[in-house]
Amino acid sequence: MNKTIISLEHLTKRFPVGDGEFTALSDINLAFQSGEFSGLVGPSGSGKTTLLNIIGSLDTPTEGKATVLGKDISSLSHKESALLRNRSIGFIFQSYNLLPVYTVFENVEFSLLLQKISAEDRKKAVNQALEWVGLTDKIKSKPNMLSGGESQRVAIARALVKKPAILLADEPTANLDAANSYHILDMMKKLNQDLDTTFIFSTHDEKVMKYLDRIISLADGKVEKDEQFDHAKTEQS
Amino acid sequence: MMIFKLAMKNLLGAGLRTWLIVAVLSFAFVIIIFYNGMIDGWNEQARNDTIAWEIGQGQLWHQAYDPYDPFTLQDAHGNIPTDVHPEQLVPELITQATIYPSGRMLPINMKGIPANQKILALPTDKLVSENGDIPILIGKRMAKSTKLQVGDQVLVRWRDTNGTFDALQVRVAAIFEADVPTIDKGQVWLDLAQLQEMTGMPNEATLLVTGEGYQHQETEGWAHKDHAFLLAELDAIIQSKKGSGSIMYVLLLGIALLAIFDTQVLSVFRRQKEIGTLIALGMTRSQVVSLFTIEGGANSLLAAIVGAIYGIPLFVWLTKVGIPMPSANQDIGIAIAEKIFPTYGLGLVVGTTLLVVIASTVVSYMPSRKIAHMNPVEALKGKIS
Repeated sequence: MNKTIISLEHLTKRFPVGDGEFTALSDINLAFQSGEFSGLVGPSGSGKTTLLNIIGSLDTPTEGKATVLGKDISSLSHKESALLRNRSIGFIFQSYNLLPVYTVFENVEFSLLLQKISAEDRKKAVNQALEWVGLTDKIKSKPNMLSGGESQRVAIARALVKKPAILLADEPTANLDAANSYHILDMMKKLNQDLDTTFIFSTHDEKVMKYLDRIISLADGKVEKDEQFDHAKTEQS
Repeated sequence: MMIFKLAMKNLLGAGLRTWLIVAVLSFAFVIIIFYNGMIDGWNEQARNDTIAWEIGQGQLWHQAYDPYDPFTLQDAHGNIPTDVHPEQLVPELITQATIYPSGRMLPINMKGIPANQKILALPTDKLVSENGDIPILIGKRMAKSTKLQVGDQVLVRWRDTNGTFDALQVRVAAIFEADVPTIDKGQVWLDLAQLQEMTGMPNEATLLVTGEGYQHQETEGWAHKDHAFLLAELDAIIQSKKGSGSIMYVLLLGIALLAIFDTQVLSVFRRQKEIGTLIALGMTRSQVVSLFTIEGGANSLLAAIVGAIYGIPLFVWLTKVGIPMPSANQDIGIAIAEKIFPTYGLGLVVGTTLLVVIASTVVSYMPSRKIAHMNPVEALKGKIS
């Protein structure tokens, strides 16, 4: 039985704009189970990234409650939220956000360094993560020597190396061609099944949507639809 | 340690920008140490020379003696105390006179000193008369200004204790080379007993130079002057030289620190996405502030290493060959050698390193503080202005 690891109750987020306020999210009520492969979809400005940022404890709600892995995001100190991100949440960004002066190995190793894991264990974990994404031959390369697809695979390895409970991917295929997008999505789907990590995407890419087990449609900061898909059934029919 | 390693990696990864700052900063390092080493070397040399050639371990002045008022010389003489060990005191008698080299007339101070004294470095053994003439010693500056050479005869005229003028031919027995101009320019040295006889002041002196082992006891009519007093003028000049020299390295250091500050401001602005990513990966804001601060401060460590690579051989070479001083500098009235041999103490090196490291860390921290107030979401978007 999968357990609820993210719970959002009456969540509202407003941003100051000039003299007024812009409501990015309005009264969101959602729950995510462990091992889900779900996505937030909707047009630009619908609140997908804002919701991911709150789940990732990079931001806090204006109203309502966001509980991630049993922790109320609003009540966490900077240090506590940094610890939560470091131990339990992986991020994948649209533009990869690899650290430019580090090699592939060092980029993937970074989160483990913060956890003060021994050098030997770090090396094992990094090599394993790079095996998952098929980049063991690029271990010493710098980000500027990688293609877009390779860079995103490094970012996936970096996010997964610490085996987080949650992986948040913000438009991970936006800068990739179709072949690379499918390659990466296949890989993430497999890792989701192997590692039991909860994947939450923010996307408006139809290719991604085909892979999702759950699609939450957002529009103007509100949940418009929340649908579950059984791909096995869809494929049979 | 982890943050330091990351900072060094970022710093080295920045390439040319880092090496330009390091080059300027290392130059500041080397200039500061070079200049202070030279001043310290000069100071040490000047003090040692002044002690060896002029003041010994201190002096006892006749109560009427004032070196800045030549009129006091007429009365500034008294009987040499008898209750002190003669090996620990060298009496000097000073009187005004006139010398006539090559038909010119020059006012001088005639100084009598025992020919057998061992306390001062003056070659007074040359003052022993061989054939009834009166041998004198002059310094190289005096020889240059009077165009006198060893063996030359020259007329001196003086007044004795009763104010009567008298004159004699004296022979230049030796020309000594000392870096202490106050025993050289306008001075003629001769045997104390000779001068006492010429002036009619038997067993009298103007001042007494003390040697090693001298224990001062109050002596009536004589005032004790220690090193602190006798070297005060020299110390003041050295301090003023240090002060004026510091302007140059403050400017150099300022340029380097400004470059670090500028780079840090630019880094915090340009690397917002990186800052956001670091926070997303689990770094606390204070860790990111530390990372950027150490990154800036580590410039100074690299500069210390680079400075050491070319600075140490340079300093070692300079301590061996010395730094030639222009001849004009040797006439400024204080002890200064033709060559100054710099001294580089541990205190100077450690002090300079600490100064540069602390200053560069402080200027790195100032712009990095902004990170502590950054919204990571805005940073990830690279939208902070």
